[in-house]
Amino acid sequence: MAATEIARQAGEGARAVPLAGHVGFDSMPDQLVNKSVNHGFCFNILCVGETGLGKSTLMDTLFNTKFEGEPTQHNQPGVQLKSNTYELQESNVRLKLTVVNTVGFGDQINKEDSYKSIVEFIDTQFEAYLQEELKIKRTLHSYHDTRIHACLYFIAPTGHSLKSLDLVTMKKLDSKVNIIPIIAKSDAISKSELTKFKIKITSELVSNGVQIYQFPTDDETVAEINSTMNGHLPFAVVGSTEEVKIGNKMVKARQYPWGTVQVENENHCDFVKLREMLIRVNMEDLREQTHTRHYELYRRCKLEEMGFKDTDPDCKPFSLQETYEAKRNEFMGDLQKKEEEMRQMFVQRVKEKEAELKEAEKELHEKFDRLKKLHQDEKKKLEDKKKSLDDELNGFKQKKTAAELLQSQAQQAGGSTTLKRDKERKN
Amino acid sequence: LQKALGDAETCRAMSEVAVPEMMMPPPAVPAACQVEKTVPGPGMGDFSYVGIDAILEQMRRKAMKQGFELNIMVVGQSGLGKSTLMNTLFKSKVSRKSVQATSQEKIPKTIHIKSVSHDIEEKGVRMKLTVIDTPGFGDQINNENCWQPIMKFINAQYEQYLQEEININRKKRIPDSRVHCCIYFIPPTGHCLRPLDVEFMRRLSKVVNIVPVIAKADTLTLEERDFFKQKIREELRANGIDVYPQKEFDEDAEDRMINDKIREMIPFAVVGSDQEYQVNGRRLLGRKTKWGTIEVENIAHCEFAYLRDLLIRTHMENIKDITSSIHYEVYRVRRLNENNTAVAHANGLPQHHMTSHEM
Repeated sequence: MAATEIARQAGEGARAVPLAGHVGFDSMPDQLVNKSVNHGFCFNILCVGETGLGKSTLMDTLFNTKFEGEPTQHNQPGVQLKSNTYELQESNVRLKLTVVNTVGFGDQINKEDSYKSIVEFIDTQFEAYLQEELKIKRTLHSYHDTRIHACLYFIAPTGHSLKSLDLVTMKKLDSKVNIIPIIAKSDAISKSELTKFKIKITSELVSNGVQIYQFPTDDETVAEINSTMNGHLPFAVVGSTEEVKIGNKMVKARQYPWGTVQVENENHCDFVKLREMLIRVNMEDLREQTHTRHYELYRRCKLEEMGFKDTDPDCKPFSLQETYEAKRNEFMGDLQKKEEEMRQMFVQRVKEKEAELKEAEKELHEKFDRLKKLHQDEKKKLEDKKKSLDDELNGFKQKKTAAELLQSQAQQAGGSTTLKRDKERKN
Repeated sequence: LQKALGDAETCRAMSEVAVPEMMMPPPAVPAACQVEKTVPGPGMGDFSYVGIDAILEQMRRKAMKQGFELNIMVVGQSGLGKSTLMNTLFKSKVSRKSVQATSQEKIPKTIHIKSVSHDIEEKGVRMKLTVIDTPGFGDQINNENCWQPIMKFINAQYEQYLQEEININRKKRIPDSRVHCCIYFIPPTGHCLRPLDVEFMRRLSKVVNIVPVIAKADTLTLEERDFFKQKIREELRANGIDVYPQKEFDEDAEDRMINDKIREMIPFAVVGSDQEYQVNGRRLLGRKTKWGTIEVENIAHCEFAYLRDLLIRTHMENIKDITSSIHYEVYRVRRLNENNTAVAHANGLPQHHMTSHEM
């Protein structure tokens, strides 16, 4: 067999080579896009906010369809996450959209644990993906990605500042998901108040170190619009699925006695900006950030927690698999040890009980013996007594017979004696 | 364009969100799901346009920014025109010979594997092209096991990717050095495949996409060419060799139709050239002989254009896809099971079923 020599040139120093004609690989982006179109896209949005801030209405407005059922009640015992998946299609693009709603957020008296179920939910999606990725026979190609790509955080339109619940929740979520804060029902705030409100919110977020999602500015095509929009965060939105006739058009709006708030009028609210940023410009970037940043962070932490380490390149093969097996064996070993221990304890207890019972039995036997002896003693005594009584009786009988005999003899003699006595008396 | 789909699969996916006991306790969140709804199509006025299809543009932008990678391997005896064909395909000096400064070309005594990378750009699309050459293949007197170093190389690329993938700290984009496509050059004997060809393709088709071509096809007449191709196709079928595009990976009826047409033309009879000649007032790539000039890109003369279209203009993404989602996954399964078996033996547990990757 021939020896082989693998020589690799270039690599980092790959040469830039000019082309002498049209090769045709400029169709690559098209090929890629076609493949994605055939495969379909998926996008998952999480809406976090107190009950009644118009989350469902906003989703309906954004995606131009009526999504869910009735509005939720305010008496939920804890924060629940309800997710719904929809298939949307626009021209040739098929989108599998999942909208996750926090039900009961902010309704409890004690809100300390409100954020927990949200964090758990996000982690669960990451975990499911990680599990799939770690499988031996995996189907990542057709895996339905449920990881949350964007989190819309609904801020109540108080006009003052963020609530502490908001700060705490956002702080817990910022390393797990792309947060886009929005001011809900912003038609309740006047324009001047709104500017102040936005500034206050932004400064509070910065001072508390909350990392919200920044629209990417590295691609020249969209850098400008994205950086402008970054300055408009948080978006002040108004949602509405009702249509009102303005001029000669039907527009989505909210009608009040004093005027009409048009949803798609940029002077009235930032809805158009939100739609632009969330869907039309940065949807792909949101998905990418979720996968390359948030998911990788989760994966790293999870694997390190489980005890895997990136060891030196030599013994790398399947340090994952080996460590996993090792951990499993360790766990089984622990289990077995515990089982042994329990068995020992059980045997010990049984022995003790047995000994106790034996003791008791012995005691009983002794008692029985004692009583028996006592009984025999008594019996003997009684017999002795009986014997002595018998003896006495015999003696007495003898005496009696002897006495009787004497008496009878005496009588005979005494008859004469008595006669004599009688004679003497007569005389 | 409106269709509403009920999807039980989504529901299942939703309920599979619970986590196995080893890791975390399952969270107490219900996962309700429904799938329905379509955005009402255009026709309700401007404002009903959501803008979901803008994602296509976003993807295109991202692809342009990231650029593409392509790794092609050429395998065949010396003198079959491998380097020239590469240069012709990419219209530039991308082959190893063009890069190396060797003055004379000696046929090496062993098989070498040499790869050269180039950054090429066309209309804003950047590509890192790596051409992997295998000088010495099939040139020895005794060619037994000459596929082994090539198999080893291909598997080494899979291994490298796998290592990177299972790292805890992973790179954002794992550099892809996996061989996407292996062009196998068949000498134009006109009769049938040689045992070496059959052996090589049989083994390699299991680990990499093989595209067989008839090299230097200008030595065959059209009838000879057709006969040769027919013979080759029969032999491939008889030996169970699945070359690209593999029948089992056709995704839908449309795919199958397109690929069937291609399968009827395989192997492509190609001629390569990096020299231009004046033909009918135009400058064309060709080979000039005393009896005429063979135009490389003329489909009446040879099938180079079909090969180029297949590899570059239409099926490049598909080739890469099959490499990463099928060949690589097969390798990965085998690797992971290998380790499982070793550990299983240590624990005295029954063995897992292993897929065989013959060497």
